[in-house]
Amino acid sequence: MSDLASSAAPPLPAAADKLKFYGLWLAVIVALLVLPKLFSSGGSLTTFSLIGISIIFALSYNILLGQTGMLSFGHAVYYGLGGFLAIHAINIVAKNKFAIPLPVIPLIGGLTGLVFAALLGWVSTRRSGTAFAMISLGLAELVASSALILRTFFGGEAGVSANRTKVFRLFDWSFGPQIQIYYLVAAWTLLAVLAMYALTRTPLGRMCNAVRDNPERVQFVGYDPHVIRYLAFCFSGFFAGIAGALAAINFEIANSAYLGAVQSGTVLFATYIGGIGFFIGPIVGAIFVTILSLGLSDLTPVWQLYFGLIFIAVVMYAPGGLTGLLMMHRPLLRAGTLTRVLPSYAVAFVPTLAMITGLMLAIETIVHFTVNPGDDSHIKSFGIPFDAASPYIWAMAAMLIFGGFYLSRKTWTRVAQAWDEALSSARDKGVAA
Amino acid sequence: MSQFLKGTAIELRGVEKTFGITSVIRNVDLKVAQGERHALIGPNGAGKSTLFNLISGYMKPSVGQILLRDETISGLPPYQINRRGLSRSFQVTNVFANMTVWENIRCAVLWATGQRYAFWKNIDNLPEVRERTAQILVDISLTARRDVPAGLLTYAEQRALEIGITIAGGADVILLDEPTAGMSHAETERAVALIRRLTEGRTLLIVEHDMSVVFGLADRISVLVYGQIIASGTPEEIRGNKKVKEAYLGEEAA
Repeated sequence: MSDLASSAAPPLPAAADKLKFYGLWLAVIVALLVLPKLFSSGGSLTTFSLIGISIIFALSYNILLGQTGMLSFGHAVYYGLGGFLAIHAINIVAKNKFAIPLPVIPLIGGLTGLVFAALLGWVSTRRSGTAFAMISLGLAELVASSALILRTFFGGEAGVSANRTKVFRLFDWSFGPQIQIYYLVAAWTLLAVLAMYALTRTPLGRMCNAVRDNPERVQFVGYDPHVIRYLAFCFSGFFAGIAGALAAINFEIANSAYLGAVQSGTVLFATYIGGIGFFIGPIVGAIFVTILSLGLSDLTPVWQLYFGLIFIAVVMYAPGGLTGLLMMHRPLLRAGTLTRVLPSYAVAFVPTLAMITGLMLAIETIVHFTVNPGDDSHIKSFGIPFDAASPYIWAMAAMLIFGGFYLSRKTWTRVAQAWDEALSSARDKGVAA
Repeated sequence: MSQFLKGTAIELRGVEKTFGITSVIRNVDLKVAQGERHALIGPNGAGKSTLFNLISGYMKPSVGQILLRDETISGLPPYQINRRGLSRSFQVTNVFANMTVWENIRCAVLWATGQRYAFWKNIDNLPEVRERTAQILVDISLTARRDVPAGLLTYAEQRALEIGITIAGGADVILLDEPTAGMSHAETERAVALIRRLTEGRTLLIVEHDMSVVFGLADRISVLVYGQIIASGTPEEIRGNKKVKEAYLGEEAA
């Protein structure tokens, strides 16, 4: 290789970079170990476990959506089948006293996801785009409805349950207490995240991106885009199966909801809200959506409505997701011009918050009169009591919405101006591209 | 002459392509010798791009046979034809827009270096891939734009990248579809020099509208009019051909 060519290649990661990389993972491990010490209640341990499961599931979904450009409406199929097989595996292992400990069970879920993805994927991955999306939807409906028909395997409406403490024990871990489940989920999450990150750094992972960008051209550099999509689909099914098995272990039950459209929709929401263009996007999305859905469902009966509104807002105003919004600030941060934008944020925050408050007030009032009109009109939403029948409340909601909308539009144009200035001065400093 | 000793790179035997009742390619016979630079010219709508699509496997011929080094390739999918050493570029720039210049070229190097669908190898630990990608990057003079997403390149840079992706796999039969279309005079000159250098020792079939490029670059020229090859020969023969003058070149090139 000529010196000219070698100097043209991007520098390989230096020792310091590698150290930083391993340091990051080490820090994550330490954080995962310390977390239950800081928040030791059963509720928060369950939340952490659900977040971990959701992270694996969302990342597995992003192998399709963000990495390979395939929009699936039926990813819960592989999650759910992994969950069911895991429950059956626990029961079989417990009954026959096989020497298989619980931490191995998620692997069975993963292999289930892999096998079904390999079986169902060959036809659906022939095309990307609308055809793939439609087939994924059809397959999801097929599997979800057969879950209600094939009662012996899926247990009908009630589902199938298992007792995770009855399996072979290693080092005297019963996996009864939630803290042990937390460590199990944390370990699998770490492994799965590492594996999925490594996958993006392989020839296959890179070609997945190429298929996402331009499947036609991929054929003219020697690759069959169908095979690439198929392999991506199989990997995606494998990790979804692991997530499903962990969920089944956590709840000690698997039912048809695991396979259903809601589950498929939730993972799409979480992945997209987090940001499909970044590896950590789905992680951010999984954390955000899990905490939000757990928190909102306590505060309001129509939490799914808010969830949908957030999704629409992200699709319209932040197609890069939450991670995309954060990453936008990186050039400004490096150039030191971030401080010029922050005041405009503070100014825009007030009317925007007013508008959102008005919107929530209106929604809660409307919900009261449409869902339970006969009840007392003195209701409590988000912990705040108010009279839904009072015209003052209606007027206030209208004022907040329209006034907030008017003012926030003005303030957001200010934000845009401040942005342009900050970015151009960052460019002058040679930071932003 | 060397081209008689070397054998045939591409051969078309009675190739026809019809869309419904429309006949786009009509009974085309064409031979391109190994190591030859062969230009395909003709008016708009003559079927030049369709012929490229047929040879590269993007479309299947309705009738006839296409051979690559005396082996039939008609009916094979594009990626298999590519693996046999035939690579093409596109008239409309067709790159991986969200990926950097470096990643674009690397994608085109992977299969040729035997990586296949490997998911157990770290892409950074493949020295051969790195070296070849760097070499192509230097060859197409885009070193300074290495980390820029392909979608943000200038038009001329994208055309250079298009050629880079086409040659990166090391194919010895190269098809270029109007590589200088839409370029300024200076850009065209640079592009021609680049093509001349990069196709040294390889077989080149090129579609081109710029006659100065065609007559400066090609060893042989074929003229396609209404889906038929009306003449095939050296630049001098084509220049003097009456039928070609009437159908295409007109007075200006005479």
